[in-house]
Amino acid sequence: MAAPAAVGAAADPTPVIALRGIRREYRMGDQTVHALAGVDLDIGRNEYVAVIGASGSGKSSLMNVLGCLDRPSAGTYCLNGRDVAGMNEAELARVRNRDIGFIFQSFNLLPRASALHNVMQPLVYRRLPIARRRALATRALERVGLGSRMDHLPNQLSGGQRQRVAVARALVGEPAILLADEPTGNLDSATTVEIMGLFDQLHAAGQTIIIVTHEPEIAEHCHRVIRLRDGTVEYDRRRGEPAP
Amino acid sequence: MIAIALDSLRSAFDAIRAHGLRSFLTTLGIIIGVAAVIAVISIVQGLSHTVNAQFQGLGADTVTVRSYTPFAQAMRGRFARLDEGDLRAVRHRVEGISHITPVLFSPDGRTGQVGYRSRNHFTQVLGVGPAYIDVTGVMPQEGRFFSRSDEERRRMVCLIGTEVAEQLELPGSGLGEFIRVGDDWCRVIGVLETRGELFGMSQDDLVLLPYSTMQRLIGTSRRLDIQIQLRVDDVDRMDEATERLRRVLRQQRGLRPGQADDFRVQTAEQLTESFNSILNTVTAVAAGIVGISLLVGGIGIMNIMLVSVTERTREIGILKALGATRGDILLQFLIEAVLLSVLGGLIGLAIGYGVGALAAMLLPGFPPAHVPMWAIVLSVGFSAGVGIVFGILPAAKAAQLDPIEALRYE
Repeated sequence: MAAPAAVGAAADPTPVIALRGIRREYRMGDQTVHALAGVDLDIGRNEYVAVIGASGSGKSSLMNVLGCLDRPSAGTYCLNGRDVAGMNEAELARVRNRDIGFIFQSFNLLPRASALHNVMQPLVYRRLPIARRRALATRALERVGLGSRMDHLPNQLSGGQRQRVAVARALVGEPAILLADEPTGNLDSATTVEIMGLFDQLHAAGQTIIIVTHEPEIAEHCHRVIRLRDGTVEYDRRRGEPAP
Repeated sequence: MIAIALDSLRSAFDAIRAHGLRSFLTTLGIIIGVAAVIAVISIVQGLSHTVNAQFQGLGADTVTVRSYTPFAQAMRGRFARLDEGDLRAVRHRVEGISHITPVLFSPDGRTGQVGYRSRNHFTQVLGVGPAYIDVTGVMPQEGRFFSRSDEERRRMVCLIGTEVAEQLELPGSGLGEFIRVGDDWCRVIGVLETRGELFGMSQDDLVLLPYSTMQRLIGTSRRLDIQIQLRVDDVDRMDEATERLRRVLRQQRGLRPGQADDFRVQTAEQLTESFNSILNTVTAVAAGIVGISLLVGGIGIMNIMLVSVTERTREIGILKALGATRGDILLQFLIEAVLLSVLGGLIGLAIGYGVGALAAMLLPGFPPAHVPMWAIVLSVGFSAGVGIVFGILPAAKAAQLDPIEALRYE
């Protein structure tokens, strides 16, 4: 394994994510668009991965499949040892709730809910009692350094703080993977450094992280870079390996 | 499930508060509908409450017989009349009557005018038999009722209601004073107990004369039309008694089979029933109105909920990404629609009750407003039902959104 051994890194060799022959096709009028044209990919526990590629390369489609927001047209997807490709809506919702933590470019916080309630929201769908939800959300917010701003509404927070709330919300359910879509796209460079520092911390604590980005600096920051092109993996390079 | 419902309730409150004015305008249809029906019901029920209580006071065992002239006959100038022969027939041939009295109304306004010194007052002047007190249960609060000798000697004596004493500004209670009835003077030998108002009309504005005295005042040139009031022995055999009464009167008045009655037999129960049937009609009409306005209100809510779903497409996408199932989203929007309409219903309830109470306060002699529990439960329940029926379409629309599309929505 080329990834440096991090604190809490699991020795478990079975990958968190295993994609085999993933295809995703859309029908646009009478044309068929092959967004993903056969992707094979393994991502292990505690990996720190960047997915890059030009627009139209299939980044977003891969991200949607990985996040269980979309079902592949063909192929198998094992997440945490379970085949999710054939799951129905309700099962996918459950997987999104338990195994995946989303972080979006535009933060996507619930505008009328406080930071605390935003972080509590995923736990609502786990049918947890409110006291337990509150305790877990408080801990997650403290973990991202926002323990003092829990009662603020999103529009009372800065961009960096909003993204921290989003990270706390993604983390609160202790997901198998953290899936970040251009997490620094709406942030200035100082805040970008701050957020990437936060990701580094989480990775060091054993979290598996996948970042979809088009910024080379962000990609370089990760330990493994997967570049897509025309719906297939163009290269898959770990840190220390030479650029193709 | 409870956790989801509570959380949905909280976010529904947030969403409604975030668009305060819009939410208020949306529920206006329901507010107005419920307010209208509660106002009408509170007034009608208040009225019914009071009237029923007063009808009870009239006595369930009393019967009134009056002449009845069909309109076509009245047009030809032929008026049916009840006379003393009818009274005698009823008195002697109908069993089960404990008390019976003739009541003679002044045939025109002349004897309706009473006076004392320079004061004049128009009032109802009745000639009644000695059994009147037993039939109606009205007691003199001062003085005495007519004696047999008052009746036999056609004495010029009277009993007055408290309203008359007041209007004529009689000294003291008026007992022993002479008041003018028509052109003649009568001595006040009794003052009737105060009975208050019925349908906003004073029941204390009357002068009672002995029946024979009244006859004398009216004169013999006129043919009299009397009313017969009686009390039966046994309330449970009321129907039997009234049926016998009818048969006897038909025979006495020489009506052939197939010919319609030219008199009417009325009981307190009948009065109550016919009054209540009017009230029920009013209530039913009000219910119809509220049905229509709740329908309109529900369409308003559906409309705004559809707008709200579109506006919050992205939010729905976020919730789905966080793990909300279709059922969760459906429940959330349904709860929001129900909350919106129930809040409208509650506001309408408060306004309706306020309007009813205000109307009752402003209209003189009107009974206090009364909102029965069933009206509250029904209107709030109906509002909730409207929320469910008209919320289901927008909620289903929200639940069916594709998470990827929804997250991309700007």
